[in-house]
Amino acid sequence: MVEGKKSINFLKGMLCLLPAIVLLGIFTFYPIVNTFLMSFKEGYNYLITNEKNFESWGFGNYVKLFSEGNNFPKYLINTMVIVFVSVPVSITLSLLIAVALNSIKPLQRFLQTIFFLPYVTNTIAIGMVFSVMFESHQGLMNTLITSLGGSSINWLGGNTQAVLIGEGIFTHPFFNAQWFTSMIVLLAYIVWNSLPFKVLILLSSLQSIDKQYYQAAQIDGTTKARTFMRITVPLLSPQIFYLLITSFIGAFKEYTSVVAIFGDNAQSVGQKNNMATVVWYIYQKTKEQSLSGYPQTSLAAAGAVILFIIIMIFTAINSYVSKKKVHY
Amino acid sequence: MWILILCLILVVIITKIKENHHNIERCVDGKNFYETVDETIKREKSQKVIRYVISYSFLIFFALFMLLPFYWMIITSLKTEAEISLLRPTFFPKEFAWENYKYVLSAKYQWESSGKIGSFDDFQARFDLWRYMYNTLVVGVISTIGTLVTTVMAAFAFSRIKFPGREFLFTLFLATMMVPGEMMVITNYITVTKTAKDIFGITGIDSYWAMIVPFLISVYYIYLLRQNFRQIPNELYYAAKVDGTSDLKYLIKIMVPIAMPTLITITILKLMGSWNAYVWPMMITRSADKRLITTGLRLGFSDSEGRSVQGRQMAAAAVVTAPLLIMFVLLRKYIMRGVSRSGIKG
Repeated sequence: MVEGKKSINFLKGMLCLLPAIVLLGIFTFYPIVNTFLMSFKEGYNYLITNEKNFESWGFGNYVKLFSEGNNFPKYLINTMVIVFVSVPVSITLSLLIAVALNSIKPLQRFLQTIFFLPYVTNTIAIGMVFSVMFESHQGLMNTLITSLGGSSINWLGGNTQAVLIGEGIFTHPFFNAQWFTSMIVLLAYIVWNSLPFKVLILLSSLQSIDKQYYQAAQIDGTTKARTFMRITVPLLSPQIFYLLITSFIGAFKEYTSVVAIFGDNAQSVGQKNNMATVVWYIYQKTKEQSLSGYPQTSLAAAGAVILFIIIMIFTAINSYVSKKKVHY
Repeated sequence: MWILILCLILVVIITKIKENHHNIERCVDGKNFYETVDETIKREKSQKVIRYVISYSFLIFFALFMLLPFYWMIITSLKTEAEISLLRPTFFPKEFAWENYKYVLSAKYQWESSGKIGSFDDFQARFDLWRYMYNTLVVGVISTIGTLVTTVMAAFAFSRIKFPGREFLFTLFLATMMVPGEMMVITNYITVTKTAKDIFGITGIDSYWAMIVPFLISVYYIYLLRQNFRQIPNELYYAAKVDGTSDLKYLIKIMVPIAMPTLITITILKLMGSWNAYVWPMMITRSADKRLITTGLRLGFSDSEGRSVQGRQMAAAAVVTAPLLIMFVLLRKYIMRGVSRSGIKG
């Protein structure tokens, strides 16, 4: 520590922090406050440069988000589906993969590298590969299915001869069978994309578990399944909870993978924005101007604040539960 | 998907059966409880074999699932247009068609193959790789250097200089990591397109600075480097002070070299981040010649064109993915180091 006169140190510290404070001030602190305020400005038009560029303060934008005719609630449901399916699936899978990887000797490093590969790739590029693989006419997946005796599936829309999964069950005009079928592709991609990081974290903490626990269990004649549930999972619980929190947050902000597979409008062929998420809505409204030339940024801000609140609630619940349940 | 679920169910059933079997074996009236040592060894051996078979088949199945997109990308990029439009796709190209790569790598070739309409200077390339690469490098290199400077300075202040309010400020910095970036994007969009125009008379649309300046700082990297700086013992600092070294010299000559691995990690992650940047560049670029590599890839190939462009599309995807994979192979150690401590991509 630099010791000496407090005032000189304060100056020195501030000098060193000056670039950071200025940049964070303009591009982080100010935006947080401004976006929050913006979400309460009704009829706000940032293009007008004078004092009164909005009509009044109020909850108008939030009301608008949830009013009849606005698709935001649907996008919120889409996001929830992504969160509550992809996170449990990917965490369970990565746990199984990590345990299996930890139990083998030959090929371990090789397989480990393979499982880490998706992490260093470009989300857009591989998303485009997925859309080619799941192509509705004769993509790779449909070829595999038909050669196994099934019939082609209309994964991404656009092939009226092909089958849709969940027909008859999903009859809602928005959440229809096409929505369900396309959602499977999206979820597969999100899981594919999120496995590597989880496997890496779980494997490295598995390798640091003391072997004595397992030896003791072995002497007592405990079955493998019981060892897994009673020793491995509890000892990994801090990492599992850490992964739960980070991947919940990540899944709530899903955007790039949607755009990568379904294009900028986030839709399967013949549908309208049926794969859109909350973040997609936010970005769309940031760029978009309504027909009367009015910017929609206030709606985007309201959406972002809702996202922020949801994420906060989840983080709070998770850390509350983890304090109670996580144990070494 | 179904195969996957079936596989899981199978694993569960097998373990359940084994468990039951095991229990029955152990408690038949306490009479047949004892098994000879040979029997035990035999039983455990066979169990081990079963376990290995299950583990390996499970792992190999998922490893294939992981590799499949890469395989399909490369295979498709090497197919001719005629082969791609076959009713039944082939799993290996009959003949390697390098035409797709030629198309992706050269704007001149794109102009020629589109029938040489107009002069080459006016030609709007579909995927102008070198142009996008140049843009990405300009944005990536400048923002990386800038980030390194601001990060080193801030981390030095937070770890070495004692001043009132330091811990509070650091907590405030860290707290911003909890706020989703989407909240910032909305206001930043207004800032670079409108406010900058009002104050400085320049617009951020289609400009390099708008893609660089907001990313000259990262709280996460400051945190990472601060942790590293704090591990350097104070004695070193006092020794340097006794020798009459200035703070700045100490920072550059001692602290930066010691923290070099972390700085390399930051550099790599930052460069990879610019390579993969999509949302922000997409928002503020309008003209095609200011696209970065990822936005260029997305905008150059839309999905609605059917299968005729798939080969070129996959070749472009492969070209964008390749540098990342090469970087990963060469610099694995540094990448893992940063990754295992963050949940943030890039």
